[in-house]
Amino acid sequence: MKTLQRRRVLQALLTVSAVMALPIRALARATDAFSSKSVDNALTNLLGGLAIEESEQIKFKIPDIAENGAVVPVRISTTLEDVDRIYLLIDKNPTPLSAVFEIGPRIMPDVSTRVKIGKSSVARVIVRAGGKAYMTSKEVKVTIGGCGG
Amino acid sequence: MSSRKHGSSVSWSNRLNRREFLQLLAQSTIAAQLAGCKSLSGDRADDLYEVPAFGDARLLHITDTHAQLNPIYFREPSVNLGIGDVKGRIPHLVGENLLARLPEYTPRDAHAFTFLDFSEGAEIYGRVGGFSHLATLVKRLRSGVPGSLLLDGGDTWQGSGTSLWTRGRDMVDACNLLGVDIMTGHWEFTYHEKEILENVAAFNGDFVGQNILAKEDALFEGVEVFDEDTGHVFQPFVVREVHGRRIAVVGQGFPYTPIANPARFIPNWTFGIRESDLSELVEKIRSEEKPDAVVLLSHNGMDVDLKLASRVSGIDVILGGHTHDGVPIPIEVSNSGGRTIVTNAGSNGKFVGVLDLKFGVNGVDGYQYRLLPVFANLLPADTEMQAYIDSVREPYIARLSEPLAQTETLLYRRGNFNGTFDQVIVDALRAELDTQFSLSPGFRWGTTLLPGETITMEHVLDQTCITYPETYARNMKGAELKTILESVADNLFNNDPYYQQGGDMVRTGGLMYECWPGAKMGERIRNLSNLQGQRIEAGKEYSVAGWATVGSQAPGAPIWDVVAGYLRQVDIVKLNNVETPILRGVEGNPGRSHKYC
Repeated sequence: MKTLQRRRVLQALLTVSAVMALPIRALARATDAFSSKSVDNALTNLLGGLAIEESEQIKFKIPDIAENGAVVPVRISTTLEDVDRIYLLIDKNPTPLSAVFEIGPRIMPDVSTRVKIGKSSVARVIVRAGGKAYMTSKEVKVTIGGCGG
Repeated sequence: MSSRKHGSSVSWSNRLNRREFLQLLAQSTIAAQLAGCKSLSGDRADDLYEVPAFGDARLLHITDTHAQLNPIYFREPSVNLGIGDVKGRIPHLVGENLLARLPEYTPRDAHAFTFLDFSEGAEIYGRVGGFSHLATLVKRLRSGVPGSLLLDGGDTWQGSGTSLWTRGRDMVDACNLLGVDIMTGHWEFTYHEKEILENVAAFNGDFVGQNILAKEDALFEGVEVFDEDTGHVFQPFVVREVHGRRIAVVGQGFPYTPIANPARFIPNWTFGIRESDLSELVEKIRSEEKPDAVVLLSHNGMDVDLKLASRVSGIDVILGGHTHDGVPIPIEVSNSGGRTIVTNAGSNGKFVGVLDLKFGVNGVDGYQYRLLPVFANLLPADTEMQAYIDSVREPYIARLSEPLAQTETLLYRRGNFNGTFDQVIVDALRAELDTQFSLSPGFRWGTTLLPGETITMEHVLDQTCITYPETYARNMKGAELKTILESVADNLFNNDPYYQQGGDMVRTGGLMYECWPGAKMGERIRNLSNLQGQRIEAGKEYSVAGWATVGSQAPGAPIWDVVAGYLRQVDIVKLNNVETPILRGVEGNPGRSHKYC
């Protein structure tokens, strides 16, 4: 049955992301990165001095205007080879680093999550693959909504 | 695709400059008055609706009729600024600036497509739209090319008292009678989810939307959707055969419905432009369905459609709505796959777009597009439709026709800043709710009243009837007031159309400010003060009245009762002043008319 299949897939996905997220948080460097108050500081914690290049091989789906800033859906996938980390940062959040995904050798680099975005900001994805770092970014607008009436 | 525009085949009789136009207008006014008859003004009346078939398939397009079952007046804007890349580009040309861009036009066209001398033109040419007149025109246009499709871009099931009271159902049945084949939506989604699904079920055509999805949690809970696997609430597209040609019509609902309108009515659904999804879908349709043409029936708004057309390939035509731009000429946009034609078909039943497509070996090979104004005087009412309209209005007619006041001023809404009818609304809010300031949304719907007309309850509802009409009066800090104005200004003037929501600037009562449309967010609103010139201070509290809150339901009476109460006392509306901001940095912008500013 279609319904059950879809639910099972969703449940499985949720389980996977929970499992993936946990051990990463335990890493000291990542913990520092999560509490960094600037993008630069977070990136230094995550990547050391690794140079970051723009890439069109990262597919980053996030709304242009958030329907609800408290839960903004995000999906990230990439065709880059040998991916081992995917980072999501929201520049103007008090602590920009929002998620770290550890991608094992047999895991498809295709993840989704939700983030809180306090105010209009650049959202950026950094993928670590084959010892290099790649990035793509997008502006997300958070607005009061309505027509001001 | 390789599309060619086959030279305008419209038999435009005369090219006029503005002076000649005014002379002609004056003459025809006098002639009409002398003869006591309006048929003399029919410069192109006889052949206006004779549209010989061109090519193989005909698509008729209506959009944003806003439930106006009977003929109305509708004044096009005198201010519609284009900022940044879109400056001076259609649709950001008004009045004489738009006319200057047209190859040819008649005085009748000038009246239909611009605000110029609106009251005088309206006296001559009469009301526009109305579903019984629309029905006559649709039948006539269809008879020319059997199998024609009628597409409706949405904002059809909202906008009148009867549509509100029947929760859109009066319009569903009117659309079934009219023979709408395919539609998408926006204000349709301001009823409750269950009501929307009932309306869609009662609709005889196909309701399409590639960008309307159930949220993941909602799918998890098992909400009703078209496709469990993709999450599409409605079918994303439909393929129809016209004269042996396969036309794929993809739906694009208004991407920002849960932001611009209350999300609480549609808690399980999520929208967005979804450009990459659309791109993939068009590719899939091209390879699997092998259509002769792919059409996007869009409620994005014209600037968004123009950007989308430059970035997504494989779409032959975007039939657009939302921004209510009556654009007489189609715009061709280049992209990696060829070219896409983009149109916008105005509002309130004033226009019907007629697109004829010609096919070659590789799909669309040529086209002809016309945006026909629907002049009620030139099109006899379809009797079956009129009987339906009369019957559906019958239970409400006493309430609708209650006279409230007379107007000596031309009353309209459309334009980037306060229209005259908005002024009445913001005045009513301040007076009735006893506040220093008032705010009213810059919707683009709302019909026009000529000087001398009686304002009825129906007219007030035409400006106000939404499903979240409750008013509020509350204290607000100066900083919050400025944030609201900045936020709405960014929705209107952001340089990137994908960050705009459509609609116009929030209307203000009791406030003065400078507006710098070309500035950055946070810097567009300057020198905010009251009408006496006293500066609004960020930390000070002010009393503000308003309506149409999207976050949660406001506590006050519905706006129509507030406005009606005010009008009953006023008796005669005569506006000496309309509160519009001082515009800065837009000198020479053709989105403003010399005639008006």
